[in-house]
Amino acid sequence: MELTVRDLGVARGGVPVLEGVSFAVSAGEVLILRGPNGIGKTTLLRTVAGLQPPIGGRIGLEREAMAYAAHADGIKATLSVRENLEFWADVFATGDIGPALDAFELDALADRPAGGLSAGQKRRLGLARMVVTGRPVWVLDEPTVSLDVQAVGLFAAAVRAHLAGGGLALMATHIDLGLEEARVLDLGPYRARALAPDDFDGAFL
Amino acid sequence: MIALLGRDMRLAVRAGGGFGLGLAFFLIVVTLVPFGVGPQSALLARIAPGILWLGALLACLLSLDRIFALDWEDGSLDLLATSPLPLEAAVSIKALAHWLTSAVPLIVAAPLFALLLSLPQAGYVPLVASLALGTPALGVIGTFGAALTVGLKRGGLLLSLLVLPLYVPTLIFGAEMARRGTEGLDTTTPMLMLAGISFGVIAVLPFASAAVLRVNLR
Repeated sequence: MELTVRDLGVARGGVPVLEGVSFAVSAGEVLILRGPNGIGKTTLLRTVAGLQPPIGGRIGLEREAMAYAAHADGIKATLSVRENLEFWADVFATGDIGPALDAFELDALADRPAGGLSAGQKRRLGLARMVVTGRPVWVLDEPTVSLDVQAVGLFAAAVRAHLAGGGLALMATHIDLGLEEARVLDLGPYRARALAPDDFDGAFL
Repeated sequence: MIALLGRDMRLAVRAGGGFGLGLAFFLIVVTLVPFGVGPQSALLARIAPGILWLGALLACLLSLDRIFALDWEDGSLDLLATSPLPLEAAVSIKALAHWLTSAVPLIVAAPLFALLLSLPQAGYVPLVASLALGTPALGVIGTFGAALTVGLKRGGLLLSLLVLPLYVPTLIFGAEMARRGTEGLDTTTPMLMLAGISFGVIAVLPFASAAVLRVNLR
């Protein structure tokens, strides 16, 4: 299992933001994307996850291999923690939610309505969904937002367990997760050049 | 797919899910019309099939924007789109869940509401049959409208404007079937047209809905 991305170009709202991005992540590896706000980290991750088409280049794996976690956790407030996870376990046909609850210490909260959780607990629930998907490639967008130090430790442990099981992860984050083996890719050099305004009328068509 | 249906039904029935909203609206329309028209039961009985159909249609319209808007806001639509479930299937299931939670209560309650409008006895069976045949079309067309407007803030107005013209054929043939039944005429032609519209949109529109949803998720 290897995720190879070649010469990928992505656009946000029709405007190219990144071009010529190439990297390879093999099983058991983590690649962390860095770059200033607005450079296109989220757009790149959404493209890799198959939510939007690239404007150029290719992604080496089918979208069926990817599990995607966005800024929003997709949690239903009126369902309990267990019901939320069981729903995704059914959709991904994986069944058992026990390991996911354990990995993020959600056992004690399992029967609480998800709407009553704190922001950090919601995030833990959102990340527990990644364990439930059973997919080999985790595509994570700012996974540690609103997590405390201990929960970041839980998350790092979950990522390690995922890597040990032959998975791989691609994530955008600015904080240090304590994953020494992680490689970092700075997106700065891949910023798309602004289109030359040689065709003024064309820009409005 | 069963999981998504179960989740949507559960969400609709739990607090804040909007279950009963359509039914309450239907009840309001049906109880207020006799006050507006005045105490003439003969007139009421004549317009009852049309009023009941109009009330059911507007009640369906009321909850349409919730089909995708809530899933869009909390991010689960993105996650569903990346899940093994084909988007066409997800769209169909959500339309089915919407029909079960908003249209089926209307169909069940329709005979009771027909009583309030003094619908003649012969009209009950054709009314319920026409609603049962026609409301799936309302749900599926509405799901298409909801998919078109997902992600727009306050998209409800645009949704109504887009969907209302598409609802016209269903309303015409549905109300016509109920009216003919009430007057003891043959209902075959409007029934066939209504069934044709329903099955046609059920077969075609989920693909269109999934396609526009993909564009809207970009």
